[in-house]
Amino acid sequence: MKRYSIALLIVLLFGAAKLPFEQKLNEEHRASFFRGAKLDLGLREQIGQGGFIAALSGFRSIVADLLWIQANTAWQNTEWGRMKVLFDGVTTLQPRVVLFWDMSAWHMAWNASRWAADNPKQPREALRIKAQREYFELGRQYLEAGIRNNPDRYVLYDRLGILLKDKLGDYLGAYEAYKKASEFPDAPAYEKRFAAYYLAEVPGREREAYDMLVKLYHMGPEERLPTLLSKIYALQEKLNIPQEQRIYIDPKDRE
Amino acid sequence: MSTENRPDTASTQTEAPAPRNLALHPPHKAFSVGRVSAIARNTLLELIRLKVFYFLLIFALVLIGSSAFMIQFSFQEQFQVLKDVSLGAMSIFTWLLAVLATAMLLPKDIEDRTLYTILAKPVPRFEYLLGKLIGVLVLLALSTLIMGALFAIVLYARQEIVIAETLRGGGMEGGQEQVDAMIREIKASTFTWSLIPGVIAIYLKAALFAALTLLISTFATSWIFTIVTSVAIYFIGHIQSVARDYWLADQGGTVLTKVFLALVSLLFPDLQLFNLVDDIVAGNAIATLLFLKTAALGGIYIAVYLFLAYFIFLKKEL
Repeated sequence: MKRYSIALLIVLLFGAAKLPFEQKLNEEHRASFFRGAKLDLGLREQIGQGGFIAALSGFRSIVADLLWIQANTAWQNTEWGRMKVLFDGVTTLQPRVVLFWDMSAWHMAWNASRWAADNPKQPREALRIKAQREYFELGRQYLEAGIRNNPDRYVLYDRLGILLKDKLGDYLGAYEAYKKASEFPDAPAYEKRFAAYYLAEVPGREREAYDMLVKLYHMGPEERLPTLLSKIYALQEKLNIPQEQRIYIDPKDRE
Repeated sequence: MSTENRPDTASTQTEAPAPRNLALHPPHKAFSVGRVSAIARNTLLELIRLKVFYFLLIFALVLIGSSAFMIQFSFQEQFQVLKDVSLGAMSIFTWLLAVLATAMLLPKDIEDRTLYTILAKPVPRFEYLLGKLIGVLVLLALSTLIMGALFAIVLYARQEIVIAETLRGGGMEGGQEQVDAMIREIKASTFTWSLIPGVIAIYLKAALFAALTLLISTFATSWIFTIVTSVAIYFIGHIQSVARDYWLADQGGTVLTKVFLALVSLLFPDLQLFNLVDDIVAGNAIATLLFLKTAALGGIYIAVYLFLAYFIFLKKEL
């Protein structure tokens, strides 16, 4: 019995010695964006008792995947409300998985919004449009929350740019999102081009967009893609750029 | 008393072994790597004979099943789920193997009397425990390696299929550049070197549990008690950080609550620290120093639990 007491004492002393180290290591993990999930009672309500216990037991990612599969089934049954609840659970459990934010936004802003616009149970078009815009906003909210959780990645800025342009017609917002995406060292080169393309659509910013496009044009032949050339051509016309200063002339105008 | 002892001494002196026999029996070493490795080898063989590797079949089925089931999803979703499920299964299987294999060691040796045969020889109890633990750790390392290899093969196969599908699809707005970016994205979604520290962390957690289970089995009355206690510690260990944060933040509560939180914080390991795979799969690259610190913590836990197991086992009546 004495030996067991001494062993227990050693465990407690070791526990006291390792405590500051564990606490510091835990803080370092958090600082490195690890384990961002907030395992609180709000989450327990979203994912149920079993899922919450599993998430607490180190199976957070598997619980998130199971919820994602359930959301996929809900999508097939067009249960948009249920999908939203499941997406919230998934993104809370795995806030650092960009894919979940991206796909949640896509489901809301593209799929659910399309369904809302065509909803046969809603005869009033104004209400259908209102519901559609609400889903666009939900998509935007997912992307913005995803960016807050993943400020070190370009992907969600890129997706936000697409959503703002395609669904909300916000070209200035799209330009800003693509510009931010292009500032990441691992971002593809087309982010810069897309930023310039959408800035060209913003009234009053055409000159700025033209300068950006010319700069890209001078970066080399690999940047001189058909869309870029046609945008330069259109802006030259729109801004009345003198003939001698034009850098691109459409082949049909060359004779 | 002294007169009674004298004849024995004399007889010992007269029956002293010849120099030739001394060469056959070298002096007994306090610690022998040879003895430890012999026990470790036997432990490993015993465990292999128990057909513990059959669980790898289940692991393979989980891998192939999840891979085939996910075909209806986008490639990013497929890889995310495949990696989560595979690494999660790897974590569960190594942990279960560590607990079940270690919990059986001492009771089995006592039941078939192997323990008495070994300890009747000049084998220190520490060497016996160390050999047993090393045997289990080698088994865990082999299992982790095989599961890792299976996982890499399935992941690579899926990657190649998805790349082939992407190349066949073509027709993207950004042309070849976007196709290249897509292929880069596919490759980045599958195998990255950062997965390796995650797999090592899975092994470390299982190794920690092997040492902990060995400690419990030195004072447990049955192997069921050992397993149940280990499983309970597994769950408590994963919420230890919550209890520790609450205790250190001193957010009120009764004295009883504070004592309870302090005991949880001091007695149990913080197992969340070893859950690196979730974040690695999410695309976070773990800093080398951070990984080394986590590995060092795992090593310290194993050493302390082994020492405690020896401390209790040293005077245990067998």
